[in-house]
Amino acid sequence: MTTTDWTRATAARMADALAAGEVTSVELTQAHLDRIGQIDGPVHAFLHIDAEGALATARAVDEDRAAGKELPRLAGVPIAVKDVLVTQGLPTTAGSRILEGWMPPYDATVTRKIREARMPILGKTNMDEFAMGSSTEHSGYGPTRNPWDLDRIPGGSGGGSAAALAAFEAPLAIGSDTGGSIRQPASVTGTVGVKPTYGGVSRFGAIALASSLDQLGPCGRTVMDTALLHEVMGGHDVNDATSLPEPVPGCVDAALVGARMDLTGVRIGVVKELSGVDGGFQDGVKQRFDESLERLRGMGAEVVEVSCPSFEYALAAYYVILPSEASSNLAKFDSVRFGLRVEKDTVEKTMLATRAEGFGDEVKRRIILGTYALSAGYYDAYYGSAQKVRTLVQRDFAAAFEQCDVLVSPTTPTTPFKIGERVDDPMAMYLNDIATIPANLAGIPGMSLPAGLAPEDGLPAGFQILAPAHEDARLYRIGAALEASLTADWGGPLTAQAPEVTA
Amino acid sequence: MSQLDRSDVARLAGLARIDMTDEDLDRLSGQLAVIVDAVAKVAEVAGEDVPATSHPIPMSNVHREDEVRPSLAQDAALAAAPDAEDGRFRVPQILGEEA
Repeated sequence: MTTTDWTRATAARMADALAAGEVTSVELTQAHLDRIGQIDGPVHAFLHIDAEGALATARAVDEDRAAGKELPRLAGVPIAVKDVLVTQGLPTTAGSRILEGWMPPYDATVTRKIREARMPILGKTNMDEFAMGSSTEHSGYGPTRNPWDLDRIPGGSGGGSAAALAAFEAPLAIGSDTGGSIRQPASVTGTVGVKPTYGGVSRFGAIALASSLDQLGPCGRTVMDTALLHEVMGGHDVNDATSLPEPVPGCVDAALVGARMDLTGVRIGVVKELSGVDGGFQDGVKQRFDESLERLRGMGAEVVEVSCPSFEYALAAYYVILPSEASSNLAKFDSVRFGLRVEKDTVEKTMLATRAEGFGDEVKRRIILGTYALSAGYYDAYYGSAQKVRTLVQRDFAAAFEQCDVLVSPTTPTTPFKIGERVDDPMAMYLNDIATIPANLAGIPGMSLPAGLAPEDGLPAGFQILAPAHEDARLYRIGAALEASLTADWGGPLTAQAPEVTA
Repeated sequence: MSQLDRSDVARLAGLARIDMTDEDLDRLSGQLAVIVDAVAKVAEVAGEDVPATSHPIPMSNVHREDEVRPSLAQDAALAAAPDAEDGRFRVPQILGEEA
């Protein structure tokens, strides 16, 4: 067999091969659709597959290329889109039964940018309902499974996007990160994910979970692929009042600089509270983190320890702020304008019945928690206090970034756990996001990339990098350096070591 | 000690317009009490002198030019409605019989 398995290639390689005429977009897109057809039964990364639409885009790109037209860099490279993003002509559910079969009447800004970049959209990926969860078990359409071990969770809420990458069903995917929903799935699937600076990517058309925390971002198997997608997604948008009026950071250039593996003069801060000293971090996760740190030091970086004492309160603040904002955002699911309606004799009874049937348990828990935290008599103790903790977390970051250029930690305390293990214990589930949540509270950018496999279970462990607001490019420089060092020893991306999924 | 009990959850569910059966209340009340206990620690460090932060990257007075732009057509806006009539969203009666 001499035929190339294109599903194993990086997006950058696919883009180059398309430009060189080595392969067509139709061939690439069909290869991914075939792969999805073979293995998505057990993996269940996709909620909807759009073979026809993806191939139509691919054909048009191939024709334009044959006609000698100028095309964007990623034109013809297929992509998977998290079902949180509205897509005209493709059903959009945010993982909820309350939106089953909903056809959005418009495109999200990021959807439009993907279309303008001429990337075939393979389909919509599974997620925890309204992005509430860390395992994809809270999807209204059944869980996604981790390609590394089908009995384990692929992380969440963006488990579908991460699993699609790890299973070679797509080379790139869109994610959204409210408390770690891009970075934690990346960590447990051995892939790369970036949460940009708050406002760096337009959220127009992204179904809102918690508006002061949500941010869309790129997911890939390599740092460079993620950088390429970041530059497609980012930039100012008048349709999003929180969108930053500044140019997209130079992610690709930063990744190129990083790949030279010279970190002379770079100061890297290890967050004492997130470095596993206090336990709670699995041995192999800690080991791979420490080894990665050694590699960064070996490339000339100076490593310092910094303390962020308020992080101890970040998880609690997050689980006050998020439910409060979510309870308000989800009030729009009222059985009137779109989505499910369970008809009763009055509007109020109809709403009560519709929301009872349409929402899953985790959504109900968080709506009730938010309704409680915002209610008279409790507002100051919960919501008011949580907003103050948010200030303290920001101050900790500001002080830490005076001592270093980036902060690092393991992305998640453990490798992926078994499906069903924590689903009835919400607090245990929430602890997955202990290291990722502070970045959302402060609005700063963060990346997770693979640090290796934990020796005790052979499952992926993630390395997290955090940078000051607006300094997303630093993530790509440091991330590309670490990745170059690691993959030189591995002989390729970590995902190449994943066992073949058997249907 | 949680301040949140089963009757509170029933009341909050009503406010949030989510019907709950006895079984739902049994299942969710205990879990919610644990979560409320865990998040109550935010009050420990929230001193009088600490200002509140509502948005991570504050921006004020975000406006666009006051010009008419295309928006959703009426039929597109109504296309996904569970029920519509005469170009409007149609709902069951607003007031119950006892009203």
